Amino acid sequence: MSVTDQTTPTTTGPASGAPTPGTDRGADPLVLDGVAFDSRLIMGTGGATSLATLEKALVASGTRLTTVALRRFSPQTRDSIFGMLERLGIRALPNTAGCFTARDAILTAELGREALETDWVKLEVIADEDTRLPDPIELFEAAQTLIGRGFHVFAYTNDDPVLARRLEDIGVSAVMPGGAPIGTGLGVLNPHNIELIVARAGVPVVLDAGIGTASDATLAMELGCAAVLVASAITRAADAVAMAEAMRAAVVAGRLARRAGRIPRRDLALASSPDEGIVTGPHGTGA
Amino acid sequence: MNLHVNGEPYAARPGETVLALVRNRTGRDLGPDGRPTDGGRLGIAVALDQAVVPRGAWATTELADGQRLDIVTAVQGG
Repeated sequence: MSVTDQTTPTTTGPASGAPTPGTDRGADPLVLDGVAFDSRLIMGTGGATSLATLEKALVASGTRLTTVALRRFSPQTRDSIFGMLERLGIRALPNTAGCFTARDAILTAELGREALETDWVKLEVIADEDTRLPDPIELFEAAQTLIGRGFHVFAYTNDDPVLARRLEDIGVSAVMPGGAPIGTGLGVLNPHNIELIVARAGVPVVLDAGIGTASDATLAMELGCAAVLVASAITRAADAVAMAEAMRAAVVAGRLARRAGRIPRRDLALASSPDEGIVTGPHGTGA
Repeated sequence: MNLHVNGEPYAARPGETVLALVRNRTGRDLGPDGRPTDGGRLGIAVALDQAVVPRGAWATTELADGQRLDIVTAVQGG
């Protein structure tokens, strides 16, 4: 099987609109597996009410990489998301969503590679319907097999620093810890673990799943994540296009803050105005 | 020849290839390499009994009785 990445330019530019002022985005690209992207927001395409709304949201988000699922073709899907992404110049990252076993995830990954002509796969192997949390054992096994078959694996994993390291050790291209279960909008439930994963990772860490609103995305970036993946928080918002724009700004803000270096937390106040030269009344005179 | 395509029963003509079936389902004109003749990309993958058939082999892969064929494409997903 011949596998190519024909759609992969060295750096991808915005589909439309000017870069956000003052963000210097060109100088700080997201680099995944040697490919540079000028947005650190990866947008998932699931949950949108219509393809037209999704397209507007994708453009408003400024995303350069978006996830898609692989499902049985029906003639009704002729006007598909595949054609739309090609038109917008947004790279598609096939996922293995909905797979509960390594075996199913491997087959779905193979189908994604063939359909989209990319070695990249966002590997998801979930444990159960209710939590949709990654099954660590199946995930690890699938990652190992896929890497052996030449895939570049972006692993959706738990917020477990140990598992993240183990996945990196076998050669994943990025680890994608969940902030909270998929679609819950609960945000980053264990910021400490995310920070720990970032501190010990040699591959990009992408916060995946659980984002509810813009501040969650900012927090993830402040914790040091290389990128954030958002789907439901945008596509299921009351105004998906406006939320896409909010997420775009939130990710930029969080990244800038992370690079700027926040002040240390203190227990007691530290005045920002000088204490000298203050004009006060005479002490002890009473009222 | 009776097989299943995307979970539905399908009666194939003798000698019908995967290429002919995909061409028919997608309405796209495909060359013998399984690629659209208009130079675009198809965005389709085919699995025969749970194993991917590369597009380059569609023209030479004939459908057989009892097979399970899946034709998949990208859809919206997180």
